[in-house]
Amino acid sequence: MDWKRFGFIALIITILFGAVVLVGQSQQRPLLIITSMLATTIAVATPLTLGALAGVYCERSGVVNIGIEGMMLSAAFFGWFTGMYLSNVYHWTLMPSILTGTVVAILTGALMGLLLAWLSVTFKVDQIIGGTVINILAVGLTGFLNRQLFFGKTSLFGGTVPSSPGVFSAIHLPITEIFAPLCKGGNICLENINAINRVFDQKPIAWAAIILVFVSHYVLFHTRWGLRTRAVGEHPRAADTVGINVEGMRYANVIIGGMMAGLAGAYFTIESIPSFEPLMTNGRGFISLAAMIFGNWTPIGAWAAALVFGSSQALQINMQLYRDAIPPEWSFLQQSYVVGLTPYILTMLILTGIIGKTTPPAADGVPYEK
Amino acid sequence: MTENNIVLEAKGITKQFPGVLASDNVNFDLRKGEIHALLGENGAGKSTLMNLIYGLHNPDKGEIFVNGKAVVIHSPKDSIALGIGMVHQHFMLIPVFDVAENVMLGDETTKRGSLDHKFVADRIKEISAQYGLDVDPNALVGSLPVGIQQRVEIVKTLYRNAEIVILDEPTAVLTPQEAEDLFRIMRDLTARGVSIIFITHKLKEVLAVADRITVMRAGRVINTVTPAETDSAQLANMMVGRQVILTVDKQDHKAENEILKVEGLTVRDQRDLETVHNVSFTVRAGEVLGIAGVQGNGQTELSEALTGLRFPTGGKVTIAGRDLTSKSPRIITQAGLAHIPEDRQRHGLVLSYSIADNMALCDYYYPPFSQRGVMQPKALDENARKLISEYDVRTPSPFVNAGKLSGGNQQKVIVARELSRENVKLVIANQPTRGLDVGSIEYIHSEIIKMRDRGIAVLLISAELDEIMALSDRIAVMYRGNIVTIIETKKTSREQLGLWMAGAHVEHA
Repeated sequence: MDWKRFGFIALIITILFGAVVLVGQSQQRPLLIITSMLATTIAVATPLTLGALAGVYCERSGVVNIGIEGMMLSAAFFGWFTGMYLSNVYHWTLMPSILTGTVVAILTGALMGLLLAWLSVTFKVDQIIGGTVINILAVGLTGFLNRQLFFGKTSLFGGTVPSSPGVFSAIHLPITEIFAPLCKGGNICLENINAINRVFDQKPIAWAAIILVFVSHYVLFHTRWGLRTRAVGEHPRAADTVGINVEGMRYANVIIGGMMAGLAGAYFTIESIPSFEPLMTNGRGFISLAAMIFGNWTPIGAWAAALVFGSSQALQINMQLYRDAIPPEWSFLQQSYVVGLTPYILTMLILTGIIGKTTPPAADGVPYEK
Repeated sequence: MTENNIVLEAKGITKQFPGVLASDNVNFDLRKGEIHALLGENGAGKSTLMNLIYGLHNPDKGEIFVNGKAVVIHSPKDSIALGIGMVHQHFMLIPVFDVAENVMLGDETTKRGSLDHKFVADRIKEISAQYGLDVDPNALVGSLPVGIQQRVEIVKTLYRNAEIVILDEPTAVLTPQEAEDLFRIMRDLTARGVSIIFITHKLKEVLAVADRITVMRAGRVINTVTPAETDSAQLANMMVGRQVILTVDKQDHKAENEILKVEGLTVRDQRDLETVHNVSFTVRAGEVLGIAGVQGNGQTELSEALTGLRFPTGGKVTIAGRDLTSKSPRIITQAGLAHIPEDRQRHGLVLSYSIADNMALCDYYYPPFSQRGVMQPKALDENARKLISEYDVRTPSPFVNAGKLSGGNQQKVIVARELSRENVKLVIANQPTRGLDVGSIEYIHSEIIKMRDRGIAVLLISAELDEIMALSDRIAVMYRGNIVTIIETKKTSREQLGLWMAGAHVEHA
């Protein structure tokens, strides 16, 4: 990641935030708009960040993973189903059931990763096809199970979808509690501190994603594991000649990537909303790949790019709040689908290489033949 | 020398690959502190033998002893542990890593889980100083010249405490100066007790640096000799299995009318820098004009402009009286050009096509290969079989992909396609023998001379001065995009040409 790239990211985020501030300033103080935007951005960037990390692990080891979308979707289903089943059938309480659900989601991702590794490393199947297999499998499998389990009188749950135990709640950081005395009772001041506090009141998977960004950066660039992973993705034969197990490294990294995608899947049904819908990942896996590419296959760069996409989604959500404040000559912006196009337009813009070309690992997508 | 001086011994090594016996009951030994050259043509089994010793492949039969003890080597891990290091012909370096990262890979030192870059860098500096290798541990490998990259590979083996170093075709990618440097390093290493196996097919080099020479052919060891008891001719004989003519035998030429006429040609490269400045020369029927020069002095752009692969920015190219400046390669080919391109894999062949298809690349679009837009497999097949036997291409069938052939055979496919066409008036051969073995070089040289003797004009571009001297009737020296002089071969010498190639001023008589 070069500074030009980070600068571009900062610029886009500023423009998107500025647009909302501009529209909403007649109804709300800018600071409150910005903090609200920030809080949403970080939350909605979570699956993109994790998805991009999934891509980074896989592709740094030389396996192209376009199956992230499918990995997310299947993890979302099985994670949600586990939590729902445990709470409804065994009457587990909220936290144990959704925590187990999260673990199952991660394992689902790992299993999908294993499948991709098996296809692309052992059988040297074209990796685009391997990823497509996973995407199709996930859509089919989750759609089929969803239908078989919940629709029709003869289905397992007799035609109703039992209520899910719920979702993770935010981890509250006591920022207000610590800084409130400084305000000496000033209302605006208290409101500001509260608003800032809300930016940090993120849910566990959102925090995990951010922590994983920095852990992954450290692992990839400062540890033996990372050096070997990158070597295998750049020049597998060179790694082989110094005694590194190329296939083993690729398997392990694709499975780790799968686990990241699995955690991203858990975000949808265990952290965001307490239910599953077919196709609910809605292209997030592919946007993750765009973030990974724009981030030049680095965890921190990918995170920054994920935040751009997150902020465009936050724009869409926050614009809704200030719909009435949109001036009449800009009334087309009131149509939510117009604003809803931003993430997709951004994806295209970013992938056209407007800000210079990025370089994938040299052996990315190339099966290793001894 | 006594028996216990032997650090590595291979006995009765046999390895069968599908269709080839790559190593046939091979015996080989290496003494402490010697440079033992392994000489042979491409495909003779040198690399296979070394890959077996290094553990990249496992032998079907035979035993390997290191320091007198029988060992089993399953993978490079085992051979590294036994003190064997290998510098591969295609470097096993990662361009986006720095030198220290490349050196430590697979044998990393960590401090509390973190890579200890400083420790490795210090060790590299130590090793560099000790063996006169001069390598900066913090440099990005991709930005280093090939010669230095090779040193990094050597450091890599020494970092792992290798006492036996295998160098696989180490000079193939080096300039003569870099090769001299390598030989000095090799002698330094052996002086400190390292033993070296030096794989090559270049006769001059083995005679210059080796203590002993083992010649291989078709998977077998032919003989082991010392440089004192042999010479180039005898070695070439053993390598090829028959008498080889190392000097090109040619009659005096009788040059006729001008075929290629280049006037004031100016060419820019892809970065839009002018690399050929206002160049003029002619090539007449029945003569070879050699263009000598260190690589990167505009030869590539010149040949691209002449063959239609790049449009010149100024000047005129006439072939057999027709103005063919800035015409497409097809039109120039139809006008009588045969082109043996510099990069045979990128511009000479479609590697994923069969030999038969590759042999018709210039004239696939008209009869007999094509009838009303439909390809005629039978005609393609017949043509390929005829050319394969005529030009001695070694292949199991005409349907084999060109990419599967050895370099020498790939070049023969190109030569066969280009030189067998009927209306050829001009041959442009750019580095026609680069990376080829003695047998193929001899063959291609004789084909070029044959063309000349048939009254065809030949433009030969080569960085190998020996090749230029042997084949050309006249020599043009290219330096920084200019032709500094054109002189008859008889009236100059190797030394004089070397000076001009390095930019020395030309005295006009």
